Amino acid sequence: MPVTVPYRRYSTNTAHWWIGRAVHDVVKGAGLRPTDIDGLSVASFTVGPDTAIGLTQHLGLSPRWLDNVPLGGASGVVALRRAARAVQCGDAEFVVCVSGDTNHVDSFRNMLTTFSRFAQDAVYPYGSGGPNAGFALITRHYMRKYGATREDFGKICVAQRANALAFPHALMKKPLTLDEYMTARAISDPIHLYDCVMPCAGGEAFLVCREDAARSLNLPYASVLGTIERHNAFPDDPIQYRGGWAMDIDELYGMAGIKPDAVDFVQTYDDYPVICMMQIEDLGFCAKGEGAAFIRSHTLTADGTFPHNVSGGQLSVGQAGAAGGFLGLVEALRQVTGTSLGAQVPDARIGLVSGFGMITYDRGLASGAAILAGAGA
Amino acid sequence: MTKPLVRPKRKDPLKKTREPLLPHGQRSRTALGLTAAAAEGRFALQVCTDCSATIYPPRDACPRCLSLRIPFKDVPNGGTLLAETTIRTSIDVYFRERMPWRVGVVELDCGPSIVTHLHGDAREGERVRMEFKLDRSGQAVAIALPERDTPNMADDPEWRELTCDPKFRRVLITDGRTGVGQAMAKALSAAQASIVFVGLADPWKPFPGEAALKAIERVEIVPLDMTDSVSVDDIAGEIGGRVDILINTAEHVRAGGMIERKGLNVAREEMDVRYFGLMRLAQAFGPALRARGADGVNSAAAFVNLLSVYALMNWPAYGAFSATEAACLSAAQSLRTELRPGGVKVMNVFSGPLETEWYQSVPPPKVTPDALANAVVDGLRRGLEDVYVGDIAQDVRTRLAVNPKAVERELGA
Repeated sequence: MPVTVPYRRYSTNTAHWWIGRAVHDVVKGAGLRPTDIDGLSVASFTVGPDTAIGLTQHLGLSPRWLDNVPLGGASGVVALRRAARAVQCGDAEFVVCVSGDTNHVDSFRNMLTTFSRFAQDAVYPYGSGGPNAGFALITRHYMRKYGATREDFGKICVAQRANALAFPHALMKKPLTLDEYMTARAISDPIHLYDCVMPCAGGEAFLVCREDAARSLNLPYASVLGTIERHNAFPDDPIQYRGGWAMDIDELYGMAGIKPDAVDFVQTYDDYPVICMMQIEDLGFCAKGEGAAFIRSHTLTADGTFPHNVSGGQLSVGQAGAAGGFLGLVEALRQVTGTSLGAQVPDARIGLVSGFGMITYDRGLASGAAILAGAGA
Repeated sequence: MTKPLVRPKRKDPLKKTREPLLPHGQRSRTALGLTAAAAEGRFALQVCTDCSATIYPPRDACPRCLSLRIPFKDVPNGGTLLAETTIRTSIDVYFRERMPWRVGVVELDCGPSIVTHLHGDAREGERVRMEFKLDRSGQAVAIALPERDTPNMADDPEWRELTCDPKFRRVLITDGRTGVGQAMAKALSAAQASIVFVGLADPWKPFPGEAALKAIERVEIVPLDMTDSVSVDDIAGEIGGRVDILINTAEHVRAGGMIERKGLNVAREEMDVRYFGLMRLAQAFGPALRARGADGVNSAAAFVNLLSVYALMNWPAYGAFSATEAACLSAAQSLRTELRPGGVKVMNVFSGPLETEWYQSVPPPKVTPDALANAVVDGLRRGLEDVYVGDIAQDVRTRLAVNPKAVERELGA
């Protein structure tokens, strides 16, 4: 039961409203009553001072299984992973995994100053460029090390925009050309305007239950073939050029019993396009350092040779805080169940979703991935 | 190549003075170890006592072996600039009006990577020297400098934001009658201060060195009696808005402890010159200094106190004097916090006995007025907050860090 609460650039509503709306839509959409929900997993940056526990009372739920997943861009995969295990073990029957964040006019600035102790002590005082500056350093280093160019990153962004034009909830409604990408305003070299996501308000949610429960409710469903999770991988790399996926992909594909070429589409976490490129490498679609060449030799739109971020990703839909870590997963659920709201990848049966989150100092710490299969797979 | 600074034009009095803003100054308690190092110009990081790992950002447990014994230690400051970026938009009001701003990530020879400010001559892929500096908020930040000095490197805008370089700034030296005051005027003039105001109480009274003092380039004598509030207020009214660096050279050194004082006259006099003098300066010049902390390349930058190192621990041979110096140190700590909203530094310069008539009977080593003046200029150029000049001051500082009680006994022996 994938749910997206349509995003808004700024919202006067609270995070509780966005989360509440997403949970409401899941419960209603699945034909359940609130009392049926016995598991809840929450990811949000702006719901403070509350966490998942406060939301149980706020939303009137009495779950017997509760999780708070403060992992940003990795929260979707991790929430799914833990919820699936809980259902598998009988700790809960129906788990709603929800993420939602609001975006008031000044909330992004407030979040940056208090994001982490390392950010406070060792990043924010240096120009206060936020994630743009941190990822500019990673991007710059990657370009020098592997010869990737701005055009390569541009191709990712342009294809995602093309995908987003068909997706009704995307905040970006205008086509983007490579020329516009290249000549856009510099933000923090080599990061330019269209390398950056737009912070916004929104919510995403999905329901985790047993296959027979989904069938009895007559819900389209996907199965989890394999998942991985890793935090603070490769701490000795002086600057980030790979993520935790590289440590665990054998387990991921081994568990799923497939090889990368069996995947019909890929949803990477796209806070910045360099991270997409790293994921494509680290998830085994090409060798390390060959991401740029891989991008050059593929088309990345939903109808392309390597369908990638097929609803437009955060770069074109918007980044609704922690919901950005759910967006790719929720769309993947729609794709493999044939219920996409936008561009449908032809014969999409197996999708790979990866997450990446929490740059508390100089690199993203959390990484995860999941392989999902539709009922026909 | 750093573009040399151009002498700022006369300010348009009709223009609004830019209000001082500060970079984000909140730090964890552990990170204040960096601030302590930066205050003295040291490059110190946490080093694990158990596994020798060097650690950054500051932590409370060693990320290699989980040891809790990770004190700050001076470490080699070499490294390689792995990547740089020029930030062109910032959501922070302080940086917003200073864009573009370069930062980078440096792989230190001693291990960790460090996100850092960049001197304009630091190049990607090349070797750099790292320093910790106090930024305008008073907290430590790292800056990467080119491995070797480059022409005009002190004029780099990111560097100058972190230092109090006297070049093209206007300086007030509060008492030019002393050897220290005269050495200070000479050193600040040589450091390219654009005006060196030198205060004299009763300027008509002749004094040794007078002709030489007046002959120093860009020196302007002003009437200033540190024991007279009206005199201090008057001169502040006249030049207060043009003083970027204030150096208090007023001194009052007399031997003797509490019992030897015989009454309070001398003690009152030394408190009047030193402690109340400092308070008069703070009240008269403080508001303008604080308001002008972001007033262009010659913004207000520093308030310099010359203190006896015996402000830190009483030297009974000069016991009453030490107590006055301790009062001045405490007042300076308050002043430091009060001037911080303007991003103006209070630099305390500690020295042992000086090579002056009032320490005639004290055996060497003693600090010459020239050495003290050079230390002040050096401290300003490096943006320091605490400077220890000469062997005695260094020695007292080191011993105090180990065992203050021992120092108390030894100074009384």
